[in-house]
Amino acid sequence: MNVVAPFEGIGASVRRKEDFRFLQGRGAYTDDFNRQGQLYAWIVRSPHAHARIKGVDTSAASRMPGVVAVFTGADMAKDNVGGLPCGWQIHNKDGSPMAEPPHPVLALDKVRHVGDPVAVAIAATRQQARDAAEAVGVDYEVLPAAVSMDAALKAGAPQVHDGAPGNLCYDWHIGDKAVVDAAFASAAKVVKLDLVNNRLIPNAMEPRAALGEFDPTTGDYTLHTTSQNPHVIRLLMGANVLHIPESKLRVVAPDVGGGFGSKIYHYAEEAIVTWSAGKLARPVKWTADRTESFMSDAHGRDHVSHTELALDADGKFLGLRVSTLANMGAYLSTFAPCVPTYLYATLLAGVYTTPVIYCEVKAVFTNTVPVDAYRGAGRPEATFLLERLMDVAAQETGIDRVELRRRNFIPTDAFPYQTPVALQYDSGNYHATLDQALKASDWAGFEARRAEAAKRGKLRGIGISTYLEACGIAPSAVVGSLGARAGLYEVGTIRVHPTGSVTVLTGAHSHGQGHETTFCQLVADKLGVPVAQVDIVHGDTAKVPFGMGTYGSRSLAVGGSAMMKAMDKIIAKGKRIAAHLMEADVDDIEFERGIFRVAGTDKTKALVDISVAAYVPHNYPIEELEPGLEETAFYDPKNFTYPGGCHIAEVEICPETGKVSMVNFTAVDDVGRVINPMIVEGQVQGGIAQGIGQALLETCVYDADGQLLSGSMMDYTMPRADDLAPVSVATHTTLCTHNPLGVKGCGEVGAIGSPPAVINAVVDALRDYGVRTLDMPATPSKIWGIINGGRRMAAE
Amino acid sequence: MPQVTLTVNGQTHTAEVEGRTLLVELLRETLRLTGTHVGCDTSQCGACVVHINGESVKSCTTLAVMANGANVTTIEGLAKADGTLHAMQEAFREYHALQCGFCTPGMVMSAIDLVQKHPEGLTEQQIREGLEGNLCRCTGYHNIVKAIAAAAEVMHGKRSEIARAAE
Amino acid sequence: MYDFAYHKPATVADAVKLLADPDAKAISGGHTLIPALKHRLNKPSAVVDLSGIAEMKGIKRVGNAIVIGALTRHAEVATSAEVKAAIPALAYLASHIGDVQVRNRGTLGGSVSNNDPAADYPAAVLGLGATIHTSKRKIAADDFFQGMFTTALEQDEILTAIEFPIPEKAGYAKMKNPASRYVMAGVFVAKTGGAVRVAVNGAGPCVFRQADMEKALAANWSADAVAGVKQSADGLNGDIHGSAEYRAHLVGVMAKRAIAAAG
Repeated sequence: MNVVAPFEGIGASVRRKEDFRFLQGRGAYTDDFNRQGQLYAWIVRSPHAHARIKGVDTSAASRMPGVVAVFTGADMAKDNVGGLPCGWQIHNKDGSPMAEPPHPVLALDKVRHVGDPVAVAIAATRQQARDAAEAVGVDYEVLPAAVSMDAALKAGAPQVHDGAPGNLCYDWHIGDKAVVDAAFASAAKVVKLDLVNNRLIPNAMEPRAALGEFDPTTGDYTLHTTSQNPHVIRLLMGANVLHIPESKLRVVAPDVGGGFGSKIYHYAEEAIVTWSAGKLARPVKWTADRTESFMSDAHGRDHVSHTELALDADGKFLGLRVSTLANMGAYLSTFAPCVPTYLYATLLAGVYTTPVIYCEVKAVFTNTVPVDAYRGAGRPEATFLLERLMDVAAQETGIDRVELRRRNFIPTDAFPYQTPVALQYDSGNYHATLDQALKASDWAGFEARRAEAAKRGKLRGIGISTYLEACGIAPSAVVGSLGARAGLYEVGTIRVHPTGSVTVLTGAHSHGQGHETTFCQLVADKLGVPVAQVDIVHGDTAKVPFGMGTYGSRSLAVGGSAMMKAMDKIIAKGKRIAAHLMEADVDDIEFERGIFRVAGTDKTKALVDISVAAYVPHNYPIEELEPGLEETAFYDPKNFTYPGGCHIAEVEICPETGKVSMVNFTAVDDVGRVINPMIVEGQVQGGIAQGIGQALLETCVYDADGQLLSGSMMDYTMPRADDLAPVSVATHTTLCTHNPLGVKGCGEVGAIGSPPAVINAVVDALRDYGVRTLDMPATPSKIWGIINGGRRMAAE
Repeated sequence: MPQVTLTVNGQTHTAEVEGRTLLVELLRETLRLTGTHVGCDTSQCGACVVHINGESVKSCTTLAVMANGANVTTIEGLAKADGTLHAMQEAFREYHALQCGFCTPGMVMSAIDLVQKHPEGLTEQQIREGLEGNLCRCTGYHNIVKAIAAAAEVMHGKRSEIARAAE
Repeated sequence: MYDFAYHKPATVADAVKLLADPDAKAISGGHTLIPALKHRLNKPSAVVDLSGIAEMKGIKRVGNAIVIGALTRHAEVATSAEVKAAIPALAYLASHIGDVQVRNRGTLGGSVSNNDPAADYPAAVLGLGATIHTSKRKIAADDFFQGMFTTALEQDEILTAIEFPIPEKAGYAKMKNPASRYVMAGVFVAKTGGAVRVAVNGAGPCVFRQADMEKALAANWSADAVAGVKQSADGLNGDIHGSAEYRAHLVGVMAKRAIAAAG
């Protein structure tokens, strides 16, 4: 029987390999691991936003049933435990470095946000640990708190850190202000807009967890943790916090239940369980309950911006001026300082030819949970700003909103395109994605749908966003010059086993992205090995040589490229073995999908012949070639990648309740070459759901004392199935020109492109009410307030 | 300490528990059935959904003692012994209705209950409303809704298999 | 949660004895008590599981009323042919409480005894003018709900059943809190034996009757009749999801919808 194997290479919607275990409850998430003699940790957290710690009394807690130890910041200080490090250093306008106050693992003198860890109780059961934690007596002298950025920047505001006067982390800028001011002076029209980018709480469905182990006979530490980048955690925690050499510290990030950025960072609890396991020589596990997640996972976004766009009489952009306040929270999380600078201001050209741009950013410390990268990180903030500005500019110039965008698009033949804010875009076709989205959404037929909705008493609106992002982070030398303290390459190892199956070791980490399938497809495509015979190993520093992890839509563009490079090395070596076996010149050996062939002949060797020869080198060029068939490559990208596209949202508003309902959503994205269309669509759909969440539902609210009012899923609105509507997702491809796969990345586009499309649609639906600014989320009560307080502008 | 006897995925277990022990704790920590997850502490997320006597229940909001004598099915109990997946599991895979997999066990258990309660079939809106008790942060629910619709047809005998046409 | 003794009595009489301990708490479906216990908001000495008491279960028609045992789960009320035929608005309300899993476990008695201002059932109980049967007595709905999480029930008194008079017309509409999905503002309207009752839940600290709407509807049973009635925002709840003014406005909207649903 002649069975044709299904095509599994690049472009095939191969069903996911990892699903078999997830669908049968056989995933292995951090909290699923249990060890002999395991203890449980419960963290004592500050109930105050800002307080001086006058004393911590652990004596009663230590005597509670099952309690093994209660540790405080002072105990850690005795062991010279270091503070949690920040991975980026941003410089002020005057060239001086940002304020970088210490971030102790357990608070020492002060607590700086509700949820700040103060002590840890460790006991035989989780409930006993919690009982003991409640019995720890902390003597707080409550201090006034600086909660909002406004309040924190006022003269005489409470100081979050002594080392950051005025609560200012940095005052940074990009662009030539004088040139931009001159452009504004010559402008026919200036459009101004104030915007808030609402603070979000990531809420990956798996709460963070960490399990520390120590083997006193070897001195080896092992940490299982819910991380997007175990090697980075090993580096940061080993080198900066606990002073454990890499060779003695294994970090495993097993199955991880979603991250969205929030699991990039090195968190206190990882250091607490690892250090405690060492002190007690027993495994120590901590698992957050959701309430803790709300007050200890890094939050996202939280920008306040004033922006101005200068236009000529034809609606061509002359210049953009932006001033932004970015909330850092109480401490600098691992990536935090780079988010509102190099992941934000550098994106302010968007898809437009704005010739000059100036942006200044003040990063502010407040008595709130640290803020860091959340899906999109900086780029959603830039996109929201630009795309809201487009609609306001269209309204104020009288130019159609699609036409205004088109008129300012970077032309399709202008690539590579150098923006005035440092980035050089390699490829894109913004007209094509726009045209495709307009057609798919039936933009032209919208007014009929609006009229039909009006008959049903609904206000219907349509909104558009044409966006671009920079991802696939990042060229190490470039980010190094900008303040990154690490390289951002990726590592891939291809291990061809003697009988021809393949193991891929990657430094990228899958926490939902489907790497175990997509990466196999690369091997299937390039080496001709069936997906079923390829296995992906990730997330374990003891198995994978090194890696920088998964964030910034980098796994395929950077990690996949490393694999391609390693496979090139496999093929090169294989050719030399094949040349020996077939007694041909190595330059005459061709390779395609698993077959080595002497060019122009029918002499061939399969990959398995080569791998057998490599591991059983009886007939082998042993003098000139080492046995074995395994290659490792580090890939450092030459540039960022630049996915972009067009999102169109259609909403209906119930004027009685103010409730906004999604009715249609169309996305056409250019993510470069698509390896697995099914997975790409899923990534975009999920990103859009989070974008719609930001636009309509989600927001983090603190009261004036710094108490988190949206501190549980009872008050923080998570998108549910009936909040969303079907989305139409399509791609239009231009290839990335500088990586071997031509891929750009798809993890973040949904969350970047969608929020302004939704808000523009809401504003469009409310066009008779004279809405100019609308902060997210567009909740029913907010929309009702507009409708109730607004004046119906148009005659009816 | 109270004693609880219950049948989980066809096997009878007897365990000593505290009054305060939750069913999910009994499943995960005593029986080591870690497929059932805990994603929140306010009974909102549904990662912990199991079936008690055939009905979907949040095992994080049920005391273990309250399940005494009950017949419990968890995600581990769905596939046949030979590895054949339940139609709902198959549909989730075929329609890419899961990403990180953390909400998946609860989502699948809720979906099966939903479909079983609606032999007459389900509209897209009914499926969306029927998932009110389950949160997913990865997929945007789009493919989950499609998978449930497809599984419903197979579970009610209107279609013989889940597989989609080749793309 | 803190640990506690667990009891599962088989009769109301035994349950009452166990609940004489002022630190004991009754549980049936557990969907109110367990979340509170998990957050350690409550430290009961004992939890008394009522779910084994057969006499508190079931739905039956008695004369011109539907009597529903306190242990009856929301899903049972939602799908009961008896309830659907006699008081479809009550079945509708039950079918929209919480989510599927809440409805599979949560009970009528648990919800009404707890009197959460954002719960659904109190609106039906008050709106229909139901009678609450307890282990000691019968209490009129108007006397039962006394304030936020407060009822006429005494510590050792158990709600055993609720007797809902069958109305000529009844309807319920609510706006959900977008995050918790509890009621932000809901209205239950009923015309029973010629008398009109309008109960409002979610909006205030406790379910309450809207007298002005009752008067307007008694004169003219139509959505237009309540359109002219303004709900005052005084004393209503306000939070990050909506001000008291917004809730007051929603009461008017939900009243119109409830009347439309009632027909």
